[in-house]
Amino acid sequence: MIKQQFEAPARYKKWTYGLLAVGLVAFLAGFFFLGLSKDEHDKTRFWAGLLQNSLYFLMICNACMFFICINILGHSSWQTTFRRIPEAIAAVVPVFAVVSLIVFIGIVAGHQHHIYHWLDKEAVASDKILSWKKGFLNPTFFFTWTVITLGVWILVGRKIKQLSLRADAGEITGEEARKYIWNNTVWAGIFIVFFALTTGSTIPWLWLMSIDAHWYSTMYSWYTFMSSFVGGLALIALFVIFLKNQGYLEHTTHEQLHDIGKYIFAFSIFWAYLWFSQFMLIWYANIPEETIYFKPRLQGVYKGIFWFNFIINFIAPILILMTRGSKRNYAIMTFMAIALVLGHWLDFYQMVMPGAVGDHFSLGWYEWGMLAFFSGLLMFFTGRALAKAPLVPVYHPYFKESLIHHT
Amino acid sequence: MTIKKFVVGCFDDEDILFPAVRKVRKAGYKIHDVYTPFPLHGLDKELGMRDTSLHTVGFIYALTGLTTALGFISWILTMDWVQNYGGKPHFSLAAWIPIMFELTVLFSGVGMTLTFCYLCQLAPFVKKHHFHPGATDDQFVMVIECTSNTNVQEAENFLAAAGAKEVNVQMAETGWWLGRYDMDKKLFDQKTDMVTA
Repeated sequence: MIKQQFEAPARYKKWTYGLLAVGLVAFLAGFFFLGLSKDEHDKTRFWAGLLQNSLYFLMICNACMFFICINILGHSSWQTTFRRIPEAIAAVVPVFAVVSLIVFIGIVAGHQHHIYHWLDKEAVASDKILSWKKGFLNPTFFFTWTVITLGVWILVGRKIKQLSLRADAGEITGEEARKYIWNNTVWAGIFIVFFALTTGSTIPWLWLMSIDAHWYSTMYSWYTFMSSFVGGLALIALFVIFLKNQGYLEHTTHEQLHDIGKYIFAFSIFWAYLWFSQFMLIWYANIPEETIYFKPRLQGVYKGIFWFNFIINFIAPILILMTRGSKRNYAIMTFMAIALVLGHWLDFYQMVMPGAVGDHFSLGWYEWGMLAFFSGLLMFFTGRALAKAPLVPVYHPYFKESLIHHT
Repeated sequence: MTIKKFVVGCFDDEDILFPAVRKVRKAGYKIHDVYTPFPLHGLDKELGMRDTSLHTVGFIYALTGLTTALGFISWILTMDWVQNYGGKPHFSLAAWIPIMFELTVLFSGVGMTLTFCYLCQLAPFVKKHHFHPGATDDQFVMVIECTSNTNVQEAENFLAAAGAKEVNVQMAETGWWLGRYDMDKKLFDQKTDMVTA
């Protein structure tokens, strides 16, 4: 009999509540000492930290739904044995969507123009570039498109999850199976197209690139998307390994882990490709309004983080995950997955901070506390979502194929 | 280039082939190879073959390509023919990375292809003996190499008992030769000769 019902072990709960407690203390301290502070720098630090974490966690959770959808569209079967894990992580999207929305409201209503420079009406009126961008960078459009985006992500994600739950109810055979796969394909297609219009293009422009309101890069959205995708894949790997260690997911073997490892390896390289493409074109053209973006990152206080980001997210995975054995090794995969979740968190850090807090660089109690808080939220809600549904969709038409998966 | 004696058994079912391979190996026969029309997952493990080292070779070729590109470009642009390109420093690593990448891929791609052909002894006009034409169509052909103390009749019976649909004994060239199958009447005729032991 398959162990279907997930129960969070005591250690998991201890860590979850521990992280939440530490994070909550950090958040409250941050709110009183930084958020309510008279100093503009402190205020900006408070909101920028929230923005970075809420967007990062929202986007890596949503990337898990993207992972499911590409596998549905590719008619792939190998992930069927563990697809409830990305589904459970994606079930946290509504939580982080609400958090992000609150943060956006706080930033826009609180007129945090150090983060979103385009909120400053006087500056926009006297600034040629910003007034050209006024149709795009204004609170009305920002909120309209953000709410539509979050709404569609949540609704379509929920629909795909409901379709998946059908595979617990009983045998799906013949004509019904054909229809079932077709329904999955249609909804996954809808999600992917909308995902391309949001995460793949407009949403990173709006949420992150507009922090550097004068600057733009056509690579930016893909770069952000890839960062969140690798983060999401690493998260899936972590949860799969964790559940394996707890004695669940007996049909998910090192063959499946190997394929997750291939995904992480390949998309880490693709991330670096985009990282480099964005960097090199700007470096080569050497146009001041473009190079200004890299000034604080390459030569300013963010230098260390900028290069560490490149090492941990590209050099480490390409060398460590290159061999077949390392992708099938649980210890190495755990290490690499943790490194990448943190690595892409740092990547988001260096996307947000130079444009927001600038030279008043800090990576202290507040930033790590926020990481703890959001990790706690993620663990809490993912654990709850995992416990809600059976861990293995045994009646999924592709389930059998997944059992004999072999790489 | 030696001609050896082989016992050849044809199987038409994967589910019979795998236990047969296990039995034949356990009985101590030396399996020359198993020829299949398509890749069978897990057959390499069943035959006791080690993992290929082709990827290690690929990594070495890649490093060779990378160092070739870096060495050559940096020698040209900083020592041999120094030029000013848009005020960039002479040693401009960022601008060279695309070329270093391309040479890495080129070296590993071409190198691995050639190594693969060498390992499998594949080249234009190179010919090898076919034990059974069914291996390119619908049969899994297991070939046992006879050593000095192999009882051929016993091996034949063993294969038949393990589920082989067709069993025969062949004298065959183990290496490759240059030529054409339709022209090499002498060689080819000799090889397809059925030898009754």
